[in-house]
Amino acid sequence: MSNEILMPALSPTMEEGTLAKWLISEGDTISSGDLIAEIETDKATMEVESIFDGTIGKLFFNEGSEGIKVNTPIGIILDPGEKYDEKVHGPNIKFGSNENNDKELIKQDDGDKPFDQVEKKEQVSEQRSNTSDSDSAVNSNEKNRIFVSPLAKRIAREKSIDLNLIKGSGPHGRIVKKDVENHNLNSLPKEFKNSISDVSNFELVKNSSMRQTIAKRLVESKTNAPHFYLSIDCNIDDLLSFRKKVNDEFPEEGKISVNDIIVKVAGLTLNKVPECNVSWTNESTKFFKSSDISVAVAIDGGLITPIVRNVEEKGIHKISSEIKELVEKAKNGTLSPNEYNGGTFSISNLGMYGIKNFTAIINPPQSAILAVGSGQKLPIVKDDKVVICNVMNLTLSCDHRAIDGAVGAKFLQVFKKIIENPMLMSL
Amino acid sequence: MSEKNLKYDLLIIGGGPGGYVAAIRASQLGLNVGLVEKENLGGVCLNWGCIPTKALLRSSEVKNLLDNSKSYGFSIPDYQVNFEDIIKRSRTVAKSLSSGVEHLMKKNKINVHKGLAKIIESSRDQKVVKVIDKEKNELKITSKFLIIATGATSKNLPFVSSDGKNILDYRTAMTPKELPKSLIIVGSGAIGSEFASFYNDLGCKVTIIEVQNKILPNEDHEISEFVLKSFKNRGVDIHINSELQSVNTKVSSVECEIKNGNKKLKLNADKLLLSVGIKPNVEDLGLEALNIEMEKGFIKTNELMKTSENGIYAIGDVTNGPWLAHKASHEGILCVDAIKGLKTHKIKKENIPGCTYSRPQIASIGLTEKKALELNHEIKVGRFPFIGNGKAIALGEPEGFIKTIFDKKTGEFLGAHLVGPEVTELIQGFAIAKKLETTEEDLMETIFPHPTLSEAMHESVLDAYDRVIHF
Repeated sequence: MSNEILMPALSPTMEEGTLAKWLISEGDTISSGDLIAEIETDKATMEVESIFDGTIGKLFFNEGSEGIKVNTPIGIILDPGEKYDEKVHGPNIKFGSNENNDKELIKQDDGDKPFDQVEKKEQVSEQRSNTSDSDSAVNSNEKNRIFVSPLAKRIAREKSIDLNLIKGSGPHGRIVKKDVENHNLNSLPKEFKNSISDVSNFELVKNSSMRQTIAKRLVESKTNAPHFYLSIDCNIDDLLSFRKKVNDEFPEEGKISVNDIIVKVAGLTLNKVPECNVSWTNESTKFFKSSDISVAVAIDGGLITPIVRNVEEKGIHKISSEIKELVEKAKNGTLSPNEYNGGTFSISNLGMYGIKNFTAIINPPQSAILAVGSGQKLPIVKDDKVVICNVMNLTLSCDHRAIDGAVGAKFLQVFKKIIENPMLMSL
Repeated sequence: MSEKNLKYDLLIIGGGPGGYVAAIRASQLGLNVGLVEKENLGGVCLNWGCIPTKALLRSSEVKNLLDNSKSYGFSIPDYQVNFEDIIKRSRTVAKSLSSGVEHLMKKNKINVHKGLAKIIESSRDQKVVKVIDKEKNELKITSKFLIIATGATSKNLPFVSSDGKNILDYRTAMTPKELPKSLIIVGSGAIGSEFASFYNDLGCKVTIIEVQNKILPNEDHEISEFVLKSFKNRGVDIHINSELQSVNTKVSSVECEIKNGNKKLKLNADKLLLSVGIKPNVEDLGLEALNIEMEKGFIKTNELMKTSENGIYAIGDVTNGPWLAHKASHEGILCVDAIKGLKTHKIKKENIPGCTYSRPQIASIGLTEKKALELNHEIKVGRFPFIGNGKAIALGEPEGFIKTIFDKKTGEFLGAHLVGPEVTELIQGFAIAKKLETTEEDLMETIFPHPTLSEAMHESVLDAYDRVIHF
């Protein structure tokens, strides 16, 4: 009998580790408790003991191998006398053969692409049945089958409630509708419960998976990316008359908004200041070749940032119609992942709420976000005279790891120049 | 006069489908259980309700088949209706079932005490009940727990009461000496509609008076409309929105006046049947002296059928509706389980099916369309007519349809309303579906056997999602 050495989970949150050092070699005889390797995680380096006796048959990874997922076989311990055989003991052999069979079976079906993937007109119920069993957000721990009524399962899925947290009150502990609907305090962990003395004056609403994702990403951003903020006022009188003119002259193209123009100008500015169109990783910095601008859209229960791609190449009307379509899709929840994953720069506009200025949190892995305030009539000193102008405040949040203050300032400078002289957009 | 003293863990007052079922369950759980019954075991259901009326309706159904025998390939030129034999058969069926219950009591070692019960003492630990039988013998029974399962009787109107002669109630309506030539039925719920169907099929001129704006007031409006049409086509006169104003009993007929808005109308018939609802049997039980809360005349209980008095439970028609035998039996079981301290389940009203065995049959469960909308459900509704069902056509009974209602958002199966052939048998499939909290998805994915009437259930669900196949 051979035993695999698996990449251990050294902390509850550990997902992958680096094999820092092997403390044994192939052919060594070891006993349970012997140290076999040093594993490095993002937090610490730890020694790993063997829990088996035997001979090291094969080490699957070299020292220094990074990003090995938890529970991946990293080596194999053989019984005395047993010989290493790639076909029998090789990594993934155990499951691989079955997987291959499955793949073969699926391959035979490749010719029949589901009709609804060709033509997206499927009925809601059909869509549901396709996804009902694979929805991991709700429950698909297949080993621990959860007994749950179909209706309770459906409601849990819609409310993003983890069925693992619910105690069923039906026959044999089956989870029924009532249990999901009453799922609040009763099913929370004890510590949580004890910390709350008065339970009557609030309602607990389970966080949706969207809220959880937003929370995770924002914490990640504010924790990892050292933010700094630059703010500038722009006179948008010319911009407003430019917009009016465009809308008057080309009504058939659909009305463009100030925000559409800001997106366009941001794209042009990124073209001129490519140092702001970047993404930071520890090893390297990505300089993006196109300006793919994520536009923050508030939707029910959260926000999402659909992307207008290659903004620098597109006319304002095109940008405007794309944004309209993306916002519509965002509100209907019909955005496809490629429509909101992978932008290079973000814009968040709260001007329509009368917000004068604000600072936004960078949308990782991007390195900058532009927070747009409302256009407001203000007295401005121009040629030593006080005049009334429409002024809009912009605040750029930058990840200082990738963007320095002067670079960010340059961005805003160029942005201001274009937005105050809309004809420069034609350059 | 003799006096004996007896002690039980649980004493049940009333041996109808609530009480006797509760007694059997108690015996199964090892409780020392006694039962008091004033008349016949099986209660109204077995003796004067569900069962004997089903026997009557079977006869009228057979007559209907005979009348239509030509279409099935028979020519039966002449036959005799022996009304007395029809009634006799109904009584025989009832008797055989009642004695079946007696046997069940013996088998489960349940002491049955015939007589009227009165609670004379109730303390925390024990209740004392006095039972007086026909010979005025008194018996004192002490018990830790009591279940009141005394049922209900038909309600009279302030100005007219059933007399068993020309004014009938459900009981006298199932045992007349001869077939009346004409019958006025006041109230068109399940009981009124079943008698209307029976008497109409046997050739009696039937007139229905209903105070509400539709017959079968508790059913979905589409069902009511369908049955109204069907009855009218068979020659039943129906007055909805009509209130009975006065009744004048003559030697061998009845004259009454009804009011529909401003219109007044005089009606005549041999007999008049009052089927305007029921009143609970709570009198002379000694309840007044106890701390038992009532609600509109019925005994108020919690979800485990416990009354406001410790140790006293109430089940069936003496409590809140729906007043159905199967609800009473179910309550009997759950309340005995609760008394024993077992984990039990509460009854959800929307999971109780209701059946009316008229021609056409009617069955329903859950919310009507109107009720679902009132409760702010966004709904999807499916309908499938039996005319699209092969088995129904082969049976020669393609009238009727099945309507299903779902919550648009969650797919929750909110209700089903059926009218047509054997729907009272079909409804159980929907009852299981509702109890198991299935959604439209599960029902659509269920395979229904062909050729059966049940396929119409499937098709109705499919129709709610615009996927109906055979229509």
